[in-house]
Amino acid sequence: MSEIAIRADGLAKQYRIGERQRWGRTLRETVAETFHSHLRRRSARRGGQAVATPLAPDLVWALDGVSLEVKRGEILGLIGRNGAGKSTLLKILSRITEPTRGSAEIHGRVGSLLEVGTGFHPQLTGRENIYLNGAILGMSKGEIGRKFDEIVAFADIDRFLDTPVKRYSSGMTVRLAFAVAAHMEPEILLIDEVLAVGDFAFQRKCLGKMQDVAGHGRTVLFVSHSMGSVKALCNRCLLLEHGKSVADGLPADVVARYIDQHELARAERRSRRVPADHGKEFFMHHSDALGDITVFCGDPITLQFDIEAPTSLPDVGIKIHVVSRTGDPIIGMGSLIQEEPASARTSRLWRVRCDMGRLPINAGTYFVNVHLGNARRSGRTASFLHAFKITVIAYDALGWGSMVPSTPIYWTPEWDIEPLG
Amino acid sequence: MQVRVHPDYQAPTQPTAPAGTRESMVVRIEPSTGWAPLKLRELWQYRELIYTFTRRDIKVRYKQTALGAAWAIIQPFFTMVVFTLFFGKLAKIPSEGLPYSIFSYTALIPWTFFAHGISQSTNSLVNNSNLISKVYFPRLVIPIAAVLGGTVDFIPAFTVLLGMMFYFGITPSLNVLWLPLFLLLALTTSLGVGLWLSATNLRFRDVGHTVNFVVQFWLFATPIAYSSSLLPQPWRTLYGINPMVGVVEGFRWALLGTNTAPGPITIVSALAALALLVSGAFYFRRMERTFADVI
Repeated sequence: MSEIAIRADGLAKQYRIGERQRWGRTLRETVAETFHSHLRRRSARRGGQAVATPLAPDLVWALDGVSLEVKRGEILGLIGRNGAGKSTLLKILSRITEPTRGSAEIHGRVGSLLEVGTGFHPQLTGRENIYLNGAILGMSKGEIGRKFDEIVAFADIDRFLDTPVKRYSSGMTVRLAFAVAAHMEPEILLIDEVLAVGDFAFQRKCLGKMQDVAGHGRTVLFVSHSMGSVKALCNRCLLLEHGKSVADGLPADVVARYIDQHELARAERRSRRVPADHGKEFFMHHSDALGDITVFCGDPITLQFDIEAPTSLPDVGIKIHVVSRTGDPIIGMGSLIQEEPASARTSRLWRVRCDMGRLPINAGTYFVNVHLGNARRSGRTASFLHAFKITVIAYDALGWGSMVPSTPIYWTPEWDIEPLG
Repeated sequence: MQVRVHPDYQAPTQPTAPAGTRESMVVRIEPSTGWAPLKLRELWQYRELIYTFTRRDIKVRYKQTALGAAWAIIQPFFTMVVFTLFFGKLAKIPSEGLPYSIFSYTALIPWTFFAHGISQSTNSLVNNSNLISKVYFPRLVIPIAAVLGGTVDFIPAFTVLLGMMFYFGITPSLNVLWLPLFLLLALTTSLGVGLWLSATNLRFRDVGHTVNFVVQFWLFATPIAYSSSLLPQPWRTLYGINPMVGVVEGFRWALLGTNTAPGPITIVSALAALALLVSGAFYFRRMERTFADVI
């Protein structure tokens, strides 16, 4: 049995876009255009002008030389921005489209899940569609028959088996589609971002089932935009950008790099000098890169900015409030600007770095308000509202095997639980 | 390249392949050029899928219809009625000594099968565009299933024919045993034309729009309303280049005992049908590599 499940060598795919290649163009149009371009050339030649070359069609390389080796049993996550080439790679490996250049070798039977419910026909019943969809995915009739009850139980549509699928709710359709797909038993499974649909409980069920699948020595290639899923499920991750593979390694590392690059793009913009919303003589300097923070639940967060004050700042404290998207304050922190000797007091420019550590805030969008005020008097000297935006992505920070509960803040106290009697 | 394993990943207990692995198959993916091989063995491996698609097409056609299978009879029957009135009674076209109605109906049965096969297969790829862009299977499965779907319609129509033969007191001779071969000839022709048209229709959608016109024209170019004996030799034999000539005359000979025994016409028709099928298959396979991109 070969150690390698997939070996790809310089796979590249070129697409033609734009008006010149219209899909489903008519015969008449093709003939007319050939005739016209011929006429154009003839008249140009006669007039002594250079033959006008027609506009070069727009060619894009959806995939630009990707090589990789996937060992049997690996679960490879494929991430990248939209248009990076992830789906194209899967399509080529699924033999749906041919590469323009390069080659690949696949060892074993391939099952592709590029869309759930492929081939579902709305007029047919759930039962009939299980057989149809299963056959399309490559299962034999006997196989489907054996797994039929499992599939129905997984999808939880027992009562609706003999109703036409067009009467199903969208949730039921997805559950049924995924149930059939989850019971495929190919040696290699290629999955393209199909987990985005379905409610959360179901997503968990599917992830669990796929982990089963992978645990039996099957190889999985998994495209997803859900970094949480990729980190939870995969043991290797590949980052694609503009059709090329730019990072390959542990999911945590590659995902971090992906997120970094997002922010890096923004850091190209220069740092801005923003006046305070309250207390106009104060300014904050920060770059957009540091102003828009994206982290996973439980990741450390650091705020960094510069404060420019009209005068020196004796006895001034700085307060930072993390507020929810709707403006409710969630967490507050504060510090005196300086507790230092007199020499430092004349400075008007301060660099503040606030390492908040592993802030226990749950997934969501938050804003950071920065307030400057006199430590001894109440009231605010200056306020910077929404100076930062923090996006927290759901992730299993507590190691519960599920996403953290839905409270804005979570905590990890010391637990001591024991049975009585 | 060193790949570390995630701490939570549980290595499979046995490094051997999962249960039920077929002999280790290696598939090589690379750009292809020129003519592609037919890959008939792979097509055979997917025969269950052909059956599944055929069943699906048939089921879907009859779901939510009140008349169901009756539709398979209505078309050839009413065509026969119209022909009998206008060609048989009014124009008095000769029908080899047989009642005109049964003369034309016997020809209309395989014709309906053929016409249905063509119109279904021409649009089959376009109608299954979601499958073509999402799943791998030999694309030949689709037009084949489209054509095979017509066999089910054949049965009720044929039953009506038997009824008519009984009514007119015509008993078939042993020549009836040749019937399946003529049906096979009709299938071959239907599939051959269907392969050419379905692959072309994907790129040039006007094919789908004009196929009905082509079928109508073809109907009159086939000896359904008249007998091929109207033509003198050698034209009559050459007429066999339209494979449906061989089918129709063969049906009439096998069932009704006309004097068009398998001979030169049938041979010409069979060759023409085979040429259509083989060329259609190679053309289809060559165009197949662009299907997912063009659809």
